Amino acid sequence: MTALPAATDKKLGLVIDLDTCVGCQACATSCKEWNAGGYAAPLTDQDAYGSDPHGAWLNRVHAYETGEGAESRTVNFPRSCLHCEKPDCVTVCPTGASYKRAEDGIVLVDPDTCIGCKLCSWACPYGAREYDYGHGVMKKCTLCIDRIYNDHFVPEDRIPACVRACPTGARHFGDLGDPQSAVSRLVAERGGFDLLPEFGYQPVNKYLPPRARHNAQPSAANAAAADATGMARPSAAGAAPAHAGEAGAAERLFAWIDQMLSR
Amino acid sequence: MHPAYSVILFTTASGAGYGLLTWLALARLLAVLPAQPSFGVAAFGLAFLLITAGLLSSTAHLGRPERAWRAFSQWRTSWLSREGVLALASYVPASLLALGWITQGTNHAGMPLVALLTAITALMTLLSTGMIYASLRTIRQWHQPLTAPIYIALGLASGAVLLNVLVRAFHVPAAWVSWLALASLAVAGLLKWAYWRTIDGELRTYTAEAATGLGQLGKVRPLEPPHTEPNYIMREMGYRIARKHAKRLRQGVGIFLFAVPMAGCGLALLPPFGLVGAGLAGLALAVGLLIERWLFFAEAEHVVMLYYGADVA
Repeated sequence: MTALPAATDKKLGLVIDLDTCVGCQACATSCKEWNAGGYAAPLTDQDAYGSDPHGAWLNRVHAYETGEGAESRTVNFPRSCLHCEKPDCVTVCPTGASYKRAEDGIVLVDPDTCIGCKLCSWACPYGAREYDYGHGVMKKCTLCIDRIYNDHFVPEDRIPACVRACPTGARHFGDLGDPQSAVSRLVAERGGFDLLPEFGYQPVNKYLPPRARHNAQPSAANAAAADATGMARPSAAGAAPAHAGEAGAAERLFAWIDQMLSR
Repeated sequence: MHPAYSVILFTTASGAGYGLLTWLALARLLAVLPAQPSFGVAAFGLAFLLITAGLLSSTAHLGRPERAWRAFSQWRTSWLSREGVLALASYVPASLLALGWITQGTNHAGMPLVALLTAITALMTLLSTGMIYASLRTIRQWHQPLTAPIYIALGLASGAVLLNVLVRAFHVPAAWVSWLALASLAVAGLLKWAYWRTIDGELRTYTAEAATGLGQLGKVRPLEPPHTEPNYIMREMGYRIARKHAKRLRQGVGIFLFAVPMAGCGLALLPPFGLVGAGLAGLALAVGLLIERWLFFAEAEHVVMLYYGADVA
C-alpha cells in the first residue's frame, strides 16, 4: 500500500560521517556484493566486460572538492536511500510495490509487484532508486533488512553490509527515532544534517559535516574567507610557522613533530 | 529528462483522443452536431484508436508490462494509478455514447448523462496525466501550476483540430468547429508561451552546495565520479538540451503546433478549402505536438544531477 504510515515505531537509518569517509568504496562494493548474492533478488549488470558496462548499485560514493586554494579540501560523499519519513517515492507508486514499513520505517520495493515504471526514481531527489535493466524493476537500499533481523548472524554482523565494511567508522546504523540511541547522540554532538530538507521528505539518514581543520594556517586572505564560511580557527599552540617554506629543514622537522604530537 | 518515445507517443495520441472525445460528448450534450452514423463511426473510431494505441504504447515504457494491471490499485495516493483507473472508466460512457450516436441517431433518454460522464472522465484523465508530472517536486520545469492545464488545453486543441478534419471529410455542416479549433489553439498557445516565460525566468534555487549540505566549506564541485560509466540515474535524468537547440525547437513548436494549424483552420472557413485547410492543420499539429512533448522532457532538469556536476537546478 503506498499510503505512508502515520508514524513508525522506530526510525532505522544510517549516519554517514563526511569527515572520516576516505572514499575507499568498500561500502559500495560490499553492498553490491551482499545484494548480488544474498537473500534478495540479484542486482544485475549489463555488458560488464564490454564497452558500456552499467548495472544497478544501491550505494554510490562521490568525491567533491570544496573551497578555494589552501582552504580547499576533498570530501567523499556516499549517497544511498535516506529512508525518508514522508517520501514521494512511496506515494507516487501506482502498484503499491514501493512502501514504508510501519514497524521500523524502512522503505522498500517489492520486486515481485514492481512494474518498472520508474516514476519513483523521478520522485526521489537523491537518486536512491535505480532501474535494474536485467530484472525490469526498481532497486534501492534495503537497509540490509535481510541482515539486521537475521538470527543466523552473530550480533555484530546484524548491521548493514556497508556499515560492517567501512574501515574508518564513517558509517553508523541505529534508531534515529530514539533520542538516547548512539546514532542520535552522535548526530546531536556533531550537528548532523538532512540533505535537501526543503523537499519536505524528512530524511531519516543524517550526514555529519566535515570537522574544521585544526592545523589550518589561514593567511590574511584565507582568514577572511574562513570567517566568511564560519569555520573555527585553530589554536596557536604548537602551530607550524605561518609560511613554512621560509623555515629551515630542522625547523620544519620540529614543527612537523610538534604538529603530530598536538593531534 | 530522457525523452522516452513510448511516453511521448502515449501522451500526444491519448491526449488528442480524449480531447476529441470531450468535444464529441459536449457536441452531443448541446445537440450541435447531427448524429450521422458514418461520421460517428469515424469520429469515435479515431478517438478510441488514439486512446487505445496510446495506452498500449505506454506499457512499452514499463520494465514488467505483464504486471501493468497492478497499476490500478493505488489511486488513493498515485496520480499514475488515478490516470489508469480514469482511462479505463472513461471507456464505459464513451462506448455507450458511441453506440448511441451510431445506432440510434436521435436523442435518447439518458444520453445527456452518458455524454456528460464521457466528457468528465476524459477531462479527468487528461488532468491526471498532467498531474503525474506536475506533482514531482524534483523537476522544476514540471512542478508548475501551468503544467496540468497545458496538458488539458493541448488535448482539447488537438481534439478540436481532428474534429475539424472529420466534419470536413464527412461534409457535416459545422463551420463552428473551425472556430473552436482556432480558439482552443490560441488558448493553448498562450498558456504554453506563459509557461516558457515562467520557467525561463525562474530563479534556480538548488545548487550543488545545497544538495550536498557542504556549502559552509565553500564552492562545491565534483572531483572524482562515483563510477566511470553512466548509470541509470545519469541516463534517465542527465539528458540535457543546449539552450540554442531548445530555442530552435520552440520556434518549431510555435510554427507547427500553433501558427500553421491556426492558419489551416482559418483557411478551412473558406468554402473551397474546407478539407485542405483542416487537413493541413492536422498534419502540422501532429508534427508540432511531437516536438512539443519531446521538448517537455528534454528541457526538464532533475535535482539529482546536482550530485553529478550540474551547477544549478
